[in-house]
This record gives sequence, C-alpha cells and structure tokens, in this order.
Amino acid sequence: MSAVVELDGLEVRFGKRAILKGLSARLEARSIGLLGPNGAGKTTLIHTLLGFHPPFRGTALLFGKDIRTEIRDVRRRVGYMPENDSFIAGMTAVRFVRLMAELSGLPPRAALERAHEALFYVGLGEARYRRLETYSLGMKQMAKLAQAVVHGPDLIFLDEPTNGLDPPHRLRMLRLIREIRDRGVHLILSSHLLRDVEECCDEVLVLKEGVIAAQCDLAEERRTNRRFLEMETRGDDGSFAEALGKLGCDMALQAGGRIKMVLPEGLELRELYRLAAEREVQIRRLNYKRDSLQDIFLKAMEGQQHGRV
Amino acid sequence: MAVYERAYRGYTGPTTPERRRFLIPPRYAFAEVFRSRLFAAFFAGCFLWPCCCAFLIYLHHNMSALALLEIPRANLLAIDAGFFLWFLRIQGTMLGFLIAFVVGPSLISPDMRNNALPLYLSRPFSRTEYVVGKISVLVVLLSAITWVPGTILFFLQSYLDGADWLGSHVRILAGLLLGSWIWIALLSLLALAVSASVRWKPLASAALFGIFFVASAAGAAVNATFRTTLGGLLDLSAMVQAVWAKLFGVPPPLDLPVAGCVVSLLLVCLLCVALLARRIRAYEVVR
Repeated sequence: MSAVVELDGLEVRFGKRAILKGLSARLEARSIGLLGPNGAGKTTLIHTLLGFHPPFRGTALLFGKDIRTEIRDVRRRVGYMPENDSFIAGMTAVRFVRLMAELSGLPPRAALERAHEALFYVGLGEARYRRLETYSLGMKQMAKLAQAVVHGPDLIFLDEPTNGLDPPHRLRMLRLIREIRDRGVHLILSSHLLRDVEECCDEVLVLKEGVIAAQCDLAEERRTNRRFLEMETRGDDGSFAEALGKLGCDMALQAGGRIKMVLPEGLELRELYRLAAEREVQIRRLNYKRDSLQDIFLKAMEGQQHGRV
Repeated sequence: MAVYERAYRGYTGPTTPERRRFLIPPRYAFAEVFRSRLFAAFFAGCFLWPCCCAFLIYLHHNMSALALLEIPRANLLAIDAGFFLWFLRIQGTMLGFLIAFVVGPSLISPDMRNNALPLYLSRPFSRTEYVVGKISVLVVLLSAITWVPGTILFFLQSYLDGADWLGSHVRILAGLLLGSWIWIALLSLLALAVSASVRWKPLASAALFGIFFVASAAGAAVNATFRTTLGGLLDLSAMVQAVWAKLFGVPPPLDLPVAGCVVSLLLVCLLCVALLARRIRAYEVVR
C-alpha cells in the first residue's frame, strides 16, 4: 500500500527550541489520527506538512511529494480546517467559501455552485447569506469544514474539529467526517479527544513532547478485539471453562465467574451459548474488549519509547 | 455534493491557471471597496481635476472659445512641466493619499485579525501572490487617478499642439510616469506594511496618517530648530516633491539633496518589503 505520509527523521525547530524531534513513521491508512496532550506537537506536524514551517532536518512526504520541494503539488491535493477561528470578516459564508474554492483553482461559476453545495452539506444552507462574524462557534466550525472540502481535496487536515462544540454539533461533525472518509477522502485528524479519534480513524500516531510515543493500526486492533471477550457466568462448576479450553480458547478465570478469553479463528459466538446451555450455565454478561485506544494512549504517555502497538 | 443528495463528492471539473490566481483577492477587494457608495462617489470625484485640466488644454487651442469667453490666452495657465507637476501633486499627494488612507488598512489587517492567512496559504497560493494580489488593488486605484489620466492629458496636448511639442517635452512624460510610479510604490507598500502590522483597521489608518503627517511635523521642527532644510529627509512627501521637481526639471520647493531623497525613499520601500515578508505568514512562530 502506498503511504499517505512518510516521515524520515523530521525535526522542526522554532529558534533554538526543537518542537518535533526526529519523527520517523509511515502512515498508510485512509484516516489517520494524531493524538497527544496539549503541546505534544500535533498542530506543528500538520503545519509542517502544509509547508507553514520548514523542516530543520529530515524529510516529510505527502502522497510521495516532498514538502520541501513540491509543496505546491501537495497543497493542490489538500484541504485544511484550522483549530482556531479563521475566516474573512465582512463576508457572507457563501462568498467566503467561494473565494476559498477559487483560490484552490475552481472557475468562478463552479466555485459558487460548490460553495452553495458545501454549505448545504455541512448544514449551513439556511445561514449561507449571513456574515461569518455573526455565526456561533459551532457554525464557524462547520463553515471551516465547508471551505476545507469545497474544492474536493484528496486529503483533509482536521485540527481539533470538535473543539468547543456542544454534543449535538459534535456528533454531527463526527458523522460528516466519517461520511467524507467513507467517500474515499484521506483524513488526518488531530485531537486530544480519544473518542473522536477512535470513531473516525484507522491508524493513530501518538505524540508526546515532540516525539512519537506510539503508532497503532486501529483497524487491526479492532479486528483483534472482536476475538477478545469478557464474560460473566453463573452456575459453572468448571465444566464450561474446561469445554471452552477444549475448543481452543485462551482464557483467564477470575473470581465471581468472570472469564477473559480470546476466541480462536473460526469459532462462532453461538458455540459458546450452545456449550453454556448444555451445561445449564447462565451467561449474564458478554462484552467485546473496548477502550483499546485508551490503553494504548495511557501506555504511550507512561513511557517515551516509540513502538508499533 | 449535489444539494438534493446532501452527500460529499469530489470535484472533477476544470481548474483555472495558477499564474492568474493572484488576481482573485483583488477582484473580491474591489467589489468590497466599491460597495461603499461614498467611496465610489469620491473615486468618481477624483476625475474632476483631470477633466478640468483637459478642458484647460482644449481652451488653449481653441481661439474661438477663448474669444467667446473673453479670456486672453496669456492669462491661462501655461501647459508646461509645471502644469503637469501640479496635476500630479493634486492627483497623487492629495487624492492618492486619501485613497490609500481609506483602502490600504482594510487590505490585510482584517485577514490578520481573523487568522485568515492559513486558509489562503494552505492552498496553491504563495505569500508573494497574496502580497502582489493585495498591492495590486492600490496600484490599480492609484494608477487610475495619476499616470493614466496624466498620460492622456499629455497626448491630448501633443495632439493639439503638434509633434514638435511632443518631441521637445518628452521629459514631462518620463517625469509623469516615473514620478507616479515612485509615489504609487511608496504609498502602496507603506499602506500594506501598516495594514500587516496593525491588526485593528482604525489604528492602521491612524498609523498611516501619522507616518506622513507626524514625520512631516518632525521634519519641520528639525528645520526650524537647526536652521536647515535636511529635516525634510524625515518628511516622505517633501522627499517625493524634491524627486518630482528634479524629474520634471522645475525648481524644487525645498532645498533637499535629490540623491539623499532617492536613497531614503528606497530604504523606506525596502523596509516595508522586509516587514511584509516577516508578517505575511500562515502562523506567527513564537520562538
């Protein structure tokens, strides 16, 4: 699979202060999450990939294009939704999005058409003739998303897209992001909210103090977790656990009839229910393993070493 | 992304040539500037003086009209270098300054205040194109009231007076063009640099006003205190007047060294370019 982002010893300095310290990674997934606490370097990495900050050392490639020498080619293919308020005062939303579309290369007529469509798409259709400075925070976030997608980019950088949004707006934003991803657009989403990244991303890069603390393929992790079960049973005299063992399940028995187990390939859940019914064992609770990203994140925050999880 | 589907789709249509994209911000800026009827009326008023000058040139060559108005030709303002210099003074230093004062601060400061630069610069659109696009707004407006009507007046006079007049007064045309461009470059770069440095538009206007008038007052104070004329080197408009006088071949209003004025004006322009290069960035880096 061709890489979306390739970092090779990327170092970015602001004066004498190193912000990104020799990042090396190859990110291939359709949607990539950048996680890390405040000041970890997530936004700096996005800005560097957009060509705003020159690398002090190392290289970064986006779709195989070097950001040092081919930044114009890179910018032709990307959309960017910044973290902070970014708009042009005194303009209506439709005029603003049209200007952004024209700057990305759309002819004026097509730009106007796409601006209307993009604003309808993000739910600002009725408010598109209002000036941007009169918008609420949630509406401004949506307008930023509209300008990022209006020209139909191949990759969209989303920097803290749910910042300051109330729950309904947050859900709407995440739904739009997933929908855009499912239409074949690559995403790089920076957030300090694990839930947002977990819901939208297939691969995660965890940054801490300018270094990569962890890199993980969430899609693979999810597939693995589908085989990892936590079960609570009643009435097992040991025969149920023994039967599970015979089916090839790796497991750990805990107090109170709780069992943690990994299902072997090819074994269906209904087989567990059949065994339990035969032995008159009640399965009171059965969960797939969850919060794997939280585990990964916490582990990454504890240690400094870069590892593929 | 059709409206009826409300679903995302990419763009597959044609795109515009990149070398022409710097013209997009000025197009929007012109629409914004001329949305104000007051400004549109003022801009239209800027063509009154060129019309008066054209009428004067016409009168000079129309004996029957002069006879009808009972004005002796000798009483009319002579059409010479001084006439065109006065034309440039009124159009450039007065009206041109007012245009730069009104339009200049609104070009960049709103973008800076609302963090719009990352949106411009994350597209295939460079910082240079941004600055060229913004400065072209002032260049077009100032050109429209200075060298463009000035050149038309020059050729009107040449047409009415004959090729001999054209041949012997080419220096006026050169002075008109060069003088206008010096003033336009200075005024546009200063207005843009101030707009990029001061995020609040009224404050940016005040700063631009201060650069010309406070510096002029400081120059006058230096002249009065030290009984010299070198204080004029602090006064941008005095320096420009000195350069214009030299270009048109007329006596200068102040006894200022022209070479010193040229160097000072050049330094001011370079300072503005350096300031723009420093300020026009997607994000300001805190070192």
